[in-house]
Amino acid sequence: MSEATTQIDLHAQQVKKFKLQDMFFHQVTLVFAAIVLAALVGILISLAIEAMPAFREFGPAFIWTNVWNVPEDQYGALSAIYGTVMTSIIALVIAVPVSFGIALFLTETCPTWLRRPLGTAIELLAGVPSIIYGIWGLFVFAPLFAEHVQPHIQALVGDTPIISGWFAGPPIGIGILTAGIVLALMVIPFVASVMRDVFETVPPQLKESAYGVGCTTWEVVTNVVLPYTRVGVIGGIMLGLGRALGETMAVTFVIGNANRIVGSLFSPGTSIASTLANEFGEAAPGLHISSLFALGLVLFVITFVVLAISQWLIKRGIAKQGN
Amino acid sequence: MQLYSRRLLTNQAGIALSMIAMAFGLAALLWILWTLFYNGFSALSWDFFTQDTPAPGSEGGGLRNAIVGSLMIIGVTMVVSTPIGILAGIYLAEFGATSKFAATTRFVTDIMLSAPSIVVGLFVYALMVATLGGFSGWAGSVALSLIAIPVVVRTTENMLLLVPTALREAAFAVGAPRWQVSLKITLRAVQAGVVTGILLAIARVMGETAPLLFTALNNQFFSTDMSQPMGNLPVVIFQFAMSPYDNWVNLAWGGALLIALLVLGINIIARVMFRNKSSA
Repeated sequence: MSEATTQIDLHAQQVKKFKLQDMFFHQVTLVFAAIVLAALVGILISLAIEAMPAFREFGPAFIWTNVWNVPEDQYGALSAIYGTVMTSIIALVIAVPVSFGIALFLTETCPTWLRRPLGTAIELLAGVPSIIYGIWGLFVFAPLFAEHVQPHIQALVGDTPIISGWFAGPPIGIGILTAGIVLALMVIPFVASVMRDVFETVPPQLKESAYGVGCTTWEVVTNVVLPYTRVGVIGGIMLGLGRALGETMAVTFVIGNANRIVGSLFSPGTSIASTLANEFGEAAPGLHISSLFALGLVLFVITFVVLAISQWLIKRGIAKQGN
Repeated sequence: MQLYSRRLLTNQAGIALSMIAMAFGLAALLWILWTLFYNGFSALSWDFFTQDTPAPGSEGGGLRNAIVGSLMIIGVTMVVSTPIGILAGIYLAEFGATSKFAATTRFVTDIMLSAPSIVVGLFVYALMVATLGGFSGWAGSVALSLIAIPVVVRTTENMLLLVPTALREAAFAVGAPRWQVSLKITLRAVQAGVVTGILLAIARVMGETAPLLFTALNNQFFSTDMSQPMGNLPVVIFQFAMSPYDNWVNLAWGGALLIALLVLGINIIARVMFRNKSSA
């Protein structure tokens, strides 16, 4: 009888010990999960603190002032924001149709045995570090572009009003347009992967019934697949936009680093990330470094919003699969 | 009949364009790889691995200090981010299935995966370089960890969610406490997937340049002191490629080829490993 009670006691002790250990384990993992959250909040707070002197000096006008004068300590973010947005728009204009084509090919027309290797190749392209794109853009793409493409574009455009202004200036290879094209190559794999994933969520019955009433592949894709996956596709495009906005190395090599706004896409410019990469290391403490932090904060807030929207849309797009 | 042939034509044009897009993507990959080999292969020699970065304008030299520096910084990065990433992943998969905190963490992790890496560099500069008095290898490792951790967290969580609940219930039924079930049953069941995540994280940080620019900075000389500025491959490639010296540019190509080979190699190994394990 007493032996049995001791055993029950032992069990109770064991269970208690396990319970304690479990609670400890739960808390430990929770703390580590909290680290990730804390990092994001920490980034926002530290950038805001460091950017304070610049915002106090220039006010919110910092964001729309077009001046970046280091000797006179006058700073405004407009030229960098312009370069960031322009290069990203160019990148998306090129990357979206190409990614759509790749996703269409991989999900609809590609022979099954080729799907995996080709899909993997696209994903590998996403893994190539951006500095590789940068060095390739500077030494290989820019010279070719200057010699064989830019003069032809200028000849083609001729003196057409407005449009000729977009392509004015000496064809030197580096500049906003080149940066946009290199960026496009960088984001294509990301956008294409998301598009392929959401295309694959379309129920086969839907596609089959469309094929059954005699639709061509193109009609199935534009009338069934695209409307069905609209939300996820936009999410993928936003993901590409978020990537393009924040990209540093691929842009820094080829954008030309000139802190001004020129209408021509052939002219050198600057982006937020490339300004940071070029100037931060040598910036003097004070307004200059604070203004650079302010640029970083602007970039972080913009990309955060874009990426947040993209995550929300992609999740909605993929969640549809269950219905 | 006219309508039918027009539809057919549209279809053929669309399919052709999609094939051209696919070819364009593949051509870009091959073109970039080809130029890397073409320009970088000649730089890879014995000296490349055994000599330090040369002074401006001088001949010869290699990237020994940068290679060793990169390995040390990445080594510390992975030692820091592997346990953090795995434990955070366990929390998300095992404990925080539906809680608001877990949902927020998941969301933030996904954003951090694509957040601009240069901003992470700024943050670590403000946090460590400005306050602790100078650029250091440690700061570089912290910056890279902030990029590696989300990768490990997400793969760990996704892998753990694939484990059938029945396996957990079986372990609970024989009286195992939760921590043992997590560490010894479910985590072990997805070992290969978690290792894949770690490999992908290494591949991801290996080429990251922007976060190292203002943290580890660079060091022209051989150094294994993590509390000092430290040479590392990406920053050396950046500086050398932008320089006017042919020898430096040549070394930059060699470094770029080395990084690309390592990153692609790790990516392929991770994929093959995961595929073998998951199909078995």
